[in-house]
Amino acid sequence: MKEQAHHSVGYVKLTAVWLMLLALTALTVWISRLDLGVNRVWGSLAIATAKGGLVIAFFMHMKYEGRLLRWVLFVALVTLAIFIGFTFFDVLYR
Amino acid sequence: MSHEPRKDYAGAKLGMWLFLFTELLLFGGLFLLYGAYLSRYPHEFAVAGREMHLVFGTVNTAILLTSSLLAAMAVTAIQRDARGKTMLLLGGTILCAAIFLFNKYLEWGAEISNGIYPNSPRLAAGPPGESVFYSLYYLTVGLHGLHVLIGGTLLALVAVRVQRRTIHAGDYVLLENSALYWHLVDLIWIFIFPLYYLLL
Repeated sequence: MKEQAHHSVGYVKLTAVWLMLLALTALTVWISRLDLGVNRVWGSLAIATAKGGLVIAFFMHMKYEGRLLRWVLFVALVTLAIFIGFTFFDVLYR
Repeated sequence: MSHEPRKDYAGAKLGMWLFLFTELLLFGGLFLLYGAYLSRYPHEFAVAGREMHLVFGTVNTAILLTSSLLAAMAVTAIQRDARGKTMLLLGGTILCAAIFLFNKYLEWGAEISNGIYPNSPRLAAGPPGESVFYSLYYLTVGLHGLHVLIGGTLLALVAVRVQRRTIHAGDYVLLENSALYWHLVDLIWIFIFPLYYLLL
């Protein structure tokens, strides 16, 4: 069985992702200094999730992986979401 | 029988990803504790969070993002059989890890000299919510710091093997898995940064 060629992500693309990550960091610091109330929490978490997505997709090559690893990632994230989500159902509506 | 042992590249990577998910769940548990205690002590967390050093947090975020870029570039470099470049990029990653930990040392030093450390007289006398915040902070960031130390050591060992040519363009799964570990360290910091430095 011949192994599939491994995908190689170019330096330019990686640098572009890094610049986006730095821009999102600047944005999240700027937003945190504004007076937005509870939206600040959701804004910060949304930006962190976007940054995490970029790291996983490009730095960790998930965009180029096969179905198996994508499913494993999906299951792990769903597990995390269930245990965080259900805890908050309990904590917030006690 | 003397033949090269067959390498199962896909299996090695699957194993690494499964390990990374246990790490995600470990830190996920700590984030969950943070969230649950934040909803219990919102005022105390806000007071405690205002004492965090935003500059250290932001600089360390930029340093870790840069180190992650260098680690990702090192994988590309080894795939293209550019050995010297791989060594240089790995060296840069390890340097960033060292700077990160040095900043952590300065930051914790400043906090400890302000009387902020687990069970310090100042926190023991203060409201319980504040000591919970700092206990979680030292636990989460300390565990993350330990991961930085382990990741940096791992990448140094990988660099030695690249130097000895036991990691090369035909067999670099160890480098790729170590880089994956390093990106996970970065990924976790991406969530620690807003939770401890920005939200409150």
